[in-house]
Amino acid sequence: MDSTIVALLAQDGLTNGSIYCLLALALVLVFAVTRVIFVPQGEFVVYAALTMASFDGARTPGTVWLLLALGGAAWLADTVKLRREPRRMALAWLATAAPCVAAAGLVAWVAASKAPFVVQALTTVLAVTAMGPAVYRLAFQPVASASVLVLLIVAVALHFVLTGLALLFFGAEGVRTPAFTSASFSFGNITVSGQSLLVYAFTAVLIVVMAVFFRYALFGKALRATAANRTGARLVGISPDFAGRLCFTLAAAIGAVSGLLIGPITTVYYDSGFLIGLKGFVGAIVGGLVSYPIAAGGALFVGLVESFSSFWASAYKEVLVFTLIIPVLLWRSLSTTHSDEEE
Amino acid sequence: MAEALLQVEELSVAYGQVEAVRGVSLHVARGQIATVIGPNGAGKTTLLGAIMGLLPSRGAIRFAGDRIDGRDTEALVRRGISLVPERRELFADMTVQENLELGGFSRRRAGESRAALANTMEEVFALFPRLKERLPQLAGTLSGGERQMLAVGRALMGKPKLLLLDEPSLGLAPLITRDILHTISRLRESGLSVLLIEQNARAALQTADYGYVLETGELSLEGEADRLLHDERVIATYLGRH
Amino acid sequence: MAAPLPNPAAVTGPARGLSPVHAVAAVALVAVALAPLLAPAFYVTLLNYIGLYSLATLGLVLLTGVAGQTSFGQAAFVGIGAYTTGVLTTQFALSPWLTLLLALALTLALGYLIGRITLSMGGHYLPVATIAWGLSIYFLMGTIERFGGFTGITGIPAVSLFGFTLDRERHFYYFIWVVVLGALWLCANLLDSRPGRAIRGLKQGSGMVEAFGVHTTNTKTAVFVLAALLACLSGWLYAHLQRFVNPTPFGINQGIEYLFMAVVGGATSVWGAVLGATLITLLKTWLQDLLPKLLGQAGQFEMIVFGILMIVLLQHAREGLLPFLQRWLPRRPRALPPAEVPLARRTMPSPGSAVLRVEGARKTFGGLIAVNEVSFEVAAHEVVGLIGPNGAGKSTCFNLISGALPLTSGGIRFLEQDVSAMSASAIARLGLGRTFQHVKLVAAMSVVENVALGAYLRGRTGFIRSALRLNGQEERAAFAEAMRQLERVGLAAHAHDAAGSLPLGKQRIVEIARALAADPILLLLDEPAAGLRYAEKQQLAALIKALKTDGLTVLLVEHDMEFVMGLVDRLVVLNFGQKLAQGLPEEVQANPAVREAYLGA
Repeated sequence: MDSTIVALLAQDGLTNGSIYCLLALALVLVFAVTRVIFVPQGEFVVYAALTMASFDGARTPGTVWLLLALGGAAWLADTVKLRREPRRMALAWLATAAPCVAAAGLVAWVAASKAPFVVQALTTVLAVTAMGPAVYRLAFQPVASASVLVLLIVAVALHFVLTGLALLFFGAEGVRTPAFTSASFSFGNITVSGQSLLVYAFTAVLIVVMAVFFRYALFGKALRATAANRTGARLVGISPDFAGRLCFTLAAAIGAVSGLLIGPITTVYYDSGFLIGLKGFVGAIVGGLVSYPIAAGGALFVGLVESFSSFWASAYKEVLVFTLIIPVLLWRSLSTTHSDEEE
Repeated sequence: MAEALLQVEELSVAYGQVEAVRGVSLHVARGQIATVIGPNGAGKTTLLGAIMGLLPSRGAIRFAGDRIDGRDTEALVRRGISLVPERRELFADMTVQENLELGGFSRRRAGESRAALANTMEEVFALFPRLKERLPQLAGTLSGGERQMLAVGRALMGKPKLLLLDEPSLGLAPLITRDILHTISRLRESGLSVLLIEQNARAALQTADYGYVLETGELSLEGEADRLLHDERVIATYLGRH
Repeated sequence: MAAPLPNPAAVTGPARGLSPVHAVAAVALVAVALAPLLAPAFYVTLLNYIGLYSLATLGLVLLTGVAGQTSFGQAAFVGIGAYTTGVLTTQFALSPWLTLLLALALTLALGYLIGRITLSMGGHYLPVATIAWGLSIYFLMGTIERFGGFTGITGIPAVSLFGFTLDRERHFYYFIWVVVLGALWLCANLLDSRPGRAIRGLKQGSGMVEAFGVHTTNTKTAVFVLAALLACLSGWLYAHLQRFVNPTPFGINQGIEYLFMAVVGGATSVWGAVLGATLITLLKTWLQDLLPKLLGQAGQFEMIVFGILMIVLLQHAREGLLPFLQRWLPRRPRALPPAEVPLARRTMPSPGSAVLRVEGARKTFGGLIAVNEVSFEVAAHEVVGLIGPNGAGKSTCFNLISGALPLTSGGIRFLEQDVSAMSASAIARLGLGRTFQHVKLVAAMSVVENVALGAYLRGRTGFIRSALRLNGQEERAAFAEAMRQLERVGLAAHAHDAAGSLPLGKQRIVEIARALAADPILLLLDEPAAGLRYAEKQQLAALIKALKTDGLTVLLVEHDMEFVMGLVDRLVVLNFGQKLAQGLPEEVQANPAVREAYLGA
């Protein structure tokens, strides 16, 4: 194994690792604010990649139907729940159902109008982001105060639903979206692809944006406050539903961007989300689901392990990645004091 | 008696099949301090939780004449009720400044300016100068007394009309308790109404205008605070004999 | 449907005599026996699968539903059972009966190892770890060449029993269902026994069961291994029914489906396993038939319906569907036959001898000093009150004495033995009983069963004897003792009520009865009068005085001054983690420092 191969594997590992890193950050965010271990985070990635692929193939993406289904269900849920309070019902529609329907319209229009690549990409991000609050509304809002375990089982059930819907609306075929750029750069005898650089850049920018948002924006602080103390947050007027919707919106947006980035690198199937999400998750676990920087580092490490093990023992790649998590979990579990009265 | 700002009628709260609060009726007059005293486990904290919409309850709760039972906590914050909970519930890994800013979250969302919030913050500093010194410090690193000041300060940042205080003396040295209760008396003069829940019966009755005694979830006694201070039963059970 | 209907008596205790419950069970049994003779072949296949799934789900019901340890990895153990026999019978021509033993042995070892590691993780780390090893084992099965990769192993032989080859589905059906019903019987017996009550208590937090001498890690591991063994058995049966294995049915999705079955059925009763397996299997078959026609394309769309069903269920009926059925069946109080041999009792120490010595006890949490150099003594037959304002460190002090928390420094001697470094269960064994500030009863168990849990250390039967119902005499003695304690505290009339249905004040008294069932020398009561009405407080005070007369030593934390003053022999006052004063109630009440700190003068 010479230095060129090492560089190649490292580049590969860091590229995938960057994407896992984004997912890890989303998972930490969702867990900190809502205590949901969001297993289906990878499904947002898949939806974005599949949407882009449909645009590319000049087909109407299944996203339209997916958005209408989620939006319709959220509309129905809010209408039934708030039938006696018309004002709150209207607000709830605006918060969840309306964005889905609007995004569905936008996707249909963009698909029909042969829009340029950038417009397609932005539309994809908007469309997948609109699913975030609807997913929170339908699956988690009614059980928001349940134990972490119940929320986890709901998340796993939701993974079934979202994967099944992906199969229904996008079909079973794998896709690969066109690369953003075919440029490549040489540093000595090491060649770095433009696509990889783009992934690094996007990841870096997104991390900076998130940091600024959490440090300076009122909503960012509100999310941190909810993560720090749920009751305290309610007492200053930050409703758990608001915080939940907001952080699922962010998680969906991060998933969507990750989907755009991973689409040109890997073939994405309707059910790829689980494993992609879980790898981000391994990173998040390294950070104990609380530390953003350690989660990011952990995710990069997962990317590297995956890349190097695919060289040495490609058949055991997945086994290695998922076995790796067990000692980490053990260490994390023993180093945090938890009460088992959490039930 | 002055007009009631908060009126609670026949309030009951149940955890499963267990009723922690049964048929409690009380009121807080505008610009006055009412207190509820009673032993641990009497249901005092449950009572405040129910008023604040944190726990489901039966019975009627009126605020400034409107029914507010069944409303979300967040909606009550917007209407001008703030709770300083027994456990403080501060944002431990955020700074004192951020905690105070978030105290004005509903006001910012309702469109009030940063300047208006900054004014309120100055008012809070006037009451608790210590908080100004600690602005960049993390809330979790404050001493017990400072935490209580921050909890009260954060509640005041919402410019409430009614302040609900749950055991402000909890875990504090007597001197600090006295300071905080003194500050609360001063707030009354600026027009704030207060419902004070206390285990430290003497201090509470000395601060308040009107008092209630809660025992095993039911009110057993009520009256002017001065009168309760000299009531035989209250002395025997809660104040100890001199 | 041929599956037996749920039977609440299986969990609430064995009911004697012929009841409607027995009638239903008898009809169900006959239905199970006749099904393959009457039903078309397709349904026999379906019933076989329901049996196999029930077996694996039964393990999850015990592990997740009853013991509260969520696992997504159950399918991996089914795979281990199937692959062990698959590889050994085809490549080494071993007898299926030998491979069954080998598979169970392998599962026992692996289950013990994985269980030990996984169960030491708390909270959400545990289920996440089960996803991780579930995936790893799945990928291993698909990767190892000897296992035939993702194509799998074919040509697995049929099982023969007494020279009769079970190579037809109708014959195998009886084999499967005998195993399933046997497993259900064993598991229902187990839950209604000494170790069973400990397992059912696990969900209340390890602190509670440990206070009665249960070793929680061992108990959890035993349940984990049991669940794995049931899964392995299901896998072995599967391999010899299908005569072919590949990794697909042992993946994480199947693991999730097993959990769905347990939750849908109702994860607190063994019958929930059969109900859940039946419903999900039927639904799946029906949906796999219906959905592709409806949607005009092929694929596993039943996932969508399962997922939604699961989410709705968790949002609206977290206990699963079994409770809805149980409502239609009569509940009978458990029979409590007299005990031949009552449980042995300890001799109480003579009056005045030292029972408890707290010597310079200190406890810090991070930088916070919760208990600072506290020393006091409690002598035999004394009632001592530990008082102080909220946050004074009383409960921490209690937890140090009972071993629920380790000391930072200082020492605690109980009956002249140094117990500073002992676990809660070891201290309980020496004769310390306690109640909890936040009541920790198992809400779904009856009052008398909760109290019987208190007598855990006075019995010895383990998992195997309990499952086989070889524990009759000990059970009768434990329940007779539980009833005796309930009579002592005046709650005998509530013996058969669900503990969770009692008012909070009465639940506190049940906790006292439970602590008494352990036959303690020293009784620690944590705020026993909280939430009691005036008359109830009088009764409680009378009870504590009676206990003193019977030779017990009592240390109690209390807030209600009036209650404490008339009851205790001596008082110890804590403030800010330090001892402020001690002495006779009148002395303490007159102490100016106490008045300043506690009474707020």
